[in-house]
Amino acid sequence: MTKAGTGTTVAAADPPAPAVRLPRRRGVELALIVLAVLLSVYGYCAVGLARYGTVPPGAAGYGAGLGVLALFAHGAVRLRAPYADPLLLPIGVLLNGLGLVLIYRLDLETPGEEAAPAQLVWSTLGVGLFILVVLVLRDHRWLQRYSYVCVVAALALLTLPILFPAVNGARIWIRFAGLSFQPGEFAKVLLAVFFAAYLAASRSALAYTGRRMWLLQLPTGRVLGPVVAVWLLSVGVLVLERDLGTSLLFFGLFVVMLYIATGRTGWIALGLLLAVAGAVAVGRLEPHVHSRIGEWLHPFASIEAGRGPGQVAQSLFSFAAGGVLGTGLGLGHSILVGFAAKSDFILATAGEELGLAGLTAVFLLYALLVERGYRAGLALRDPFGRLLAVGLASIVALQVFVIAGGVTGLIPLTGMAMPFLAQGGSSVVTNWAIVALLIRVSHVARRQYDGRVAP
Amino acid sequence: MTRYIRHAAAFCILLLVALLVNTVWLQVLQAPVYGGNPANRRATIARYEQPRGDILVGDRPVTGSRDTGEQLRYERTYANGPLYAPVTGFSSQRYGTTFLEHVADPVLSGTDPLLAAFPLWTDFTRAHNPVGNVVTTLNPAAQQAAFQGLGARKGAVAAIEPTTGRILALVSTPSYDPAELSGNSPAVTAAWARLNDDPEQPMLNRAVRQTYPPGSTFKVVTAAAALDWGVVTDLDTRTDSPDPYTLPGTRTSLANEAKGCRNASLRYAFEWSCNTVFAKLAVDAGVDAMRGAAQGFGFNDKGLRIPFAVAPSTFDTHVDRAQLALSSIGQYNTRATPLQMAMVAAAVADGGQVRSPYLVERTTRRSGGTVSAAGSRPARQVMRPATAARLRELMTDVVTDGTGRNAAIRGATVGGKTGTAQHGLGNSGTPYAWFVSWAQGDADVEARVAVAVVVEDASARRGDISGGGTAAPIAKAVMEAVLRSPPRG
Repeated sequence: MTKAGTGTTVAAADPPAPAVRLPRRRGVELALIVLAVLLSVYGYCAVGLARYGTVPPGAAGYGAGLGVLALFAHGAVRLRAPYADPLLLPIGVLLNGLGLVLIYRLDLETPGEEAAPAQLVWSTLGVGLFILVVLVLRDHRWLQRYSYVCVVAALALLTLPILFPAVNGARIWIRFAGLSFQPGEFAKVLLAVFFAAYLAASRSALAYTGRRMWLLQLPTGRVLGPVVAVWLLSVGVLVLERDLGTSLLFFGLFVVMLYIATGRTGWIALGLLLAVAGAVAVGRLEPHVHSRIGEWLHPFASIEAGRGPGQVAQSLFSFAAGGVLGTGLGLGHSILVGFAAKSDFILATAGEELGLAGLTAVFLLYALLVERGYRAGLALRDPFGRLLAVGLASIVALQVFVIAGGVTGLIPLTGMAMPFLAQGGSSVVTNWAIVALLIRVSHVARRQYDGRVAP
Repeated sequence: MTRYIRHAAAFCILLLVALLVNTVWLQVLQAPVYGGNPANRRATIARYEQPRGDILVGDRPVTGSRDTGEQLRYERTYANGPLYAPVTGFSSQRYGTTFLEHVADPVLSGTDPLLAAFPLWTDFTRAHNPVGNVVTTLNPAAQQAAFQGLGARKGAVAAIEPTTGRILALVSTPSYDPAELSGNSPAVTAAWARLNDDPEQPMLNRAVRQTYPPGSTFKVVTAAAALDWGVVTDLDTRTDSPDPYTLPGTRTSLANEAKGCRNASLRYAFEWSCNTVFAKLAVDAGVDAMRGAAQGFGFNDKGLRIPFAVAPSTFDTHVDRAQLALSSIGQYNTRATPLQMAMVAAAVADGGQVRSPYLVERTTRRSGGTVSAAGSRPARQVMRPATAARLRELMTDVVTDGTGRNAAIRGATVGGKTGTAQHGLGNSGTPYAWFVSWAQGDADVEARVAVAVVVEDASARRGDISGGGTAAPIAKAVMEAVLRSPPRG
């Protein structure tokens, strides 16, 4: 698959990769998991010590719960994916554990509205799904066969919330039996699977057929049609539901995967052009978005107008209050951000209480997760697996950038959940599914490959 | 494909770098700017995160703190709030701080860098400085006596220690409980509105923030000028003063309440408060002499702080001779705070030396170690010691056989001067009853206390208002309280 970018020669298949057998490193994974659990328990105790001077009574239970979940997940990996990348699972455990600590810490400020217990239940479900995927999905290429099932399911999930009432201006939740979840979260994994499958199957056609227009090699409508239709449909639905963060994510995911599949810079240019046009149009027409952009350009305008700081201003205050070393867990005042402090703005708490140092560490954990996904993609030899691994990793990367950039004032704020950290059941479950799929593909990628089809 | 995956990876790195650069800019470079934004509540939250330091009277705190468990956690409480309100002021989460709560706020709230044991380490750990206490100069017994003496009447008392300038009592009635203004609740808003709308102005600190026409008590100043400038050389020589006295350049004639004032001696005129004699003396001494004396005592001083600001007492120096005559008997534009008149009495008692009054003895750490000590500031000689000695004699006479007999204390030398200040258009208002005095126990080497009392009692019949009748008993109670307390080192 190492195609030269000249565009004149086409290799039907990539030359075989060198046969390397990577060590399994399961012991490393176990050690890192223990470290991740200990770090989380330490954070949990630090909150209690800072606030009440005692270790919180739930510390043992919390540590045991997280530890048991992590060990079960580790067991599943040992059993069915022994060559998997040893960093993926510990990073998931650490981020999930840190998220639980941050939510528990914010729960202290909002008595009567505890979110940590529910988050722990969702995390358990997420790890359960992780174990299920690792155990059941023997070969990721099995997914390729069901790519059309995936896309139908994704579109169904995306359209479902239209039947439910809007929450905080966005129609993206489904409430069922007292639980609420965001189907758009699951849809992004399904859509990544579909994109990977479709692009892997038709990437040559996409890249080299059709008419050439200036720099752009336009493929025929029959090749490009379905994927563009799916993408337009999902983005359109999301715009209807006012879930701009996720529509931005889908857009970015589509462009990145299209570029990787075809290697055409023109797609990127076209994508960016469309993105800018779309953003301008939506920003003009949609008052919700318009105010978000206004708040991004002038975060302190509401203060000057005498209405007090808005959410973004409060978030900036939080980060600034953290400084280099942070106030320490439990000692910040990020709850001033208001109602989204535990979800969209959870990073403000990390920024204030862990400081620049802690925040950098968190960013690097995400970067490591993304890098490991990309690495698996590079090592794989089947186009579907490559695209799937890179697509899933890109979901994490884009999502982290969009939400972290939003709460730190780098880009306009779009409501999205920080992977693993933020309160939100569907988000946690989805992210565990992403890590599970990455574990599966990395297992295949790292196992000795002798040219035969992987089992 | 590999190449494009690498490109995409490079793009992800770009995103990460953008995030990190932005975070560094935000958390390091912008941190002080955002931290100082007035809309950022963190400074306010930090301010109320620990109990506030206490204000001490006679080594016992008159303030306290209450843990509300709310975001602005500790609220101020006051023991005996109305009694000490003119000194402490209030500390409100909604309405800010006043008086000592205001001027001593850095110590009380712990922001004073002097409170940190290891400032650099405290900066690094972001720990709070421990808070400090403020020790006042007040004498609790004197304060209580003044407050009880005024009772339900409207008025004020200021008492100072003549040899140092320590303020021993500072009372204003009607008062209010500053505890009502602590915190942030709707009750606080209601109390604030009620106190501000009250026509009796309970939050007005009459002892230092309200000026009154001093009336006859100002004759101490006039006598000092006359003696110092040699207009009168002998207390018992008859003066050349008619009764009634026609104000120079006018047809207005000035009369006396007392009898026998025509050509009366200074001693007699002082004892019985002859307006005509003092008006004539002031005119004879001239505006320069009067200005020198009045400003020496502290009139027209806009910068007096004890440590909170004191309303300047005024003696108008751009006057014609008729106005000078009226000014010198404490009418026209002459106005004085009770604290100012206590300073006048104190100067007489202390050999003609005026000392800046002060209310804060020292500030301490919670452990008791001194952070800063105020101490007495240098004295200014406002009149010759001989003049002061003669004024002592005159004031003592007032108490022994003049208008101030109600202030006499067994076992002590007491000097005083009564005053009944008329005010309002055509003197229609109820007059203010004044009494300024000082006292020295028979066993003391120097005077222990100087007091000024003013009672503005709208409910009393006009005839009942008089310095000797209404104000002198209050001054006596305050002086007795001080004389009975052990002298402080």
